[in-house]
Amino acid sequence: MTELLRPTPSQTIGPFFHFALPWTDGGLLVAPDAPGAVHITGQVTDGADQPVIDALVEIWQADPAGHYAHPDDPEPSAFVGFGRVPTDAGGRFDFTTLKPGPVPGPSGSPQAPHLSVSVFARGLLARLSTRIYFPDEIEANASDPVLASVPPARRATLVAVAEGDVLRFDIHLQGEMETIFFAV
Amino acid sequence: MNSAPYPRIEVDPPNDYPLYRSTGLRGPKRPLVPLAQSLSEITGPVFGHERVGPLDHDLTAQHGGDPIGQRIILTGRVLDGDGRPVRGQLVEIWQANAGGKYRHPVDDTSAALDPNFSGAGRCVTDDDGRYRFVTVKPGAYTWQNHPNAWRPAHVHFSLFGTAFVSRLVTQMYFPDDPLFPYDPIYNSVPDDGDRHRLISRFDLDATIPAEALGFSWDIVLRGRHATPFESQEG
Ligand SMILES: [Fe+3]
Repeated sequence: MTELLRPTPSQTIGPFFHFALPWTDGGLLVAPDAPGAVHITGQVTDGADQPVIDALVEIWQADPAGHYAHPDDPEPSAFVGFGRVPTDAGGRFDFTTLKPGPVPGPSGSPQAPHLSVSVFARGLLARLSTRIYFPDEIEANASDPVLASVPPARRATLVAVAEGDVLRFDIHLQGEMETIFFAV
Repeated sequence: MNSAPYPRIEVDPPNDYPLYRSTGLRGPKRPLVPLAQSLSEITGPVFGHERVGPLDHDLTAQHGGDPIGQRIILTGRVLDGDGRPVRGQLVEIWQANAGGKYRHPVDDTSAALDPNFSGAGRCVTDDDGRYRFVTVKPGAYTWQNHPNAWRPAHVHFSLFGTAFVSRLVTQMYFPDDPLFPYDPIYNSVPDDGDRHRLISRFDLDATIPAEALGFSWDIVLRGRHATPFESQEG
């Protein structure tokens, strides 16, 4: 076994990334009127329950058939399931995308449909990583290996909540409802 | 032994680092939950030239005139865990101007904006994994973390690597900065060797005579075990 090189460490994104990183339409993975478009919105809050107005939220996901736009997927998708948005003055972020299909888990058993999420902000020295699961996937969520691996009391922090036509997914950096963040 | 495709090597700062005051209400208080890597983690967005315009790599040429400040060439290689070049990789940077001022409404320091400098750049690595920017050396700047707090001069970098797990946002510093001992962000990296790898080196070979000083800085992204290794283990 050859030893892998130690990676370059992370440093905070800081408060000044807005003129460089956000992309035009970074939250629109598909047009709002595209067939099957789902709208995901949420708020990032801190330990004092105040909105985090200078975070950057990114998502990465498979297409509706469960395939990623990446060469390691056995059937690489043409749908680039990536989005990136800064939070607004209310700490809010919005994505319009397609619901992904189930994707294989580490041992081959399927995982419930989910989005992988990165959160960057001033005050975060390294990227935080979480997942968004879908509230209408009750059976698939019940057998998802990642959801099963987290304490039951905190599982709900990973599942979006249906509010009319939108899915709401709040990210609590701290507090009673602190979101599950993964060591990826 | 760690059998994850992209083994986690602990180099990053902790979430909770009181010397950097903003971590207090923002860094999660509970331990990170381990996650077995699946296709969701070993894939990631692959961006290249489609995101980059012809002047994006030259931060001194994005306006009508020359920016104030010391011209520098900022170059280096993006490598994977085996030291191989990461080719065709989008590199995004942003920085303060020579006076230490960001083009950002939240930056309320007294330094002046430079009408000829925005401070955002993009490029794509070549077949050798090399990136190259033309810019000016950013100034140190003050911040509110503690009395008389100054950030050492730095350039912010953002890279994707080849997978969700290899996403990296970090900062590059300049050699021999007298502010290093006083900067909690720089000092938040626990390991001395890892921390020192955030510092570029002066590179005479990268300088352009009578025009720009050269600084070199290599970036190592999360590495992946080669497939033959996995089958040997199996
Ligand atoms: Fe900065």
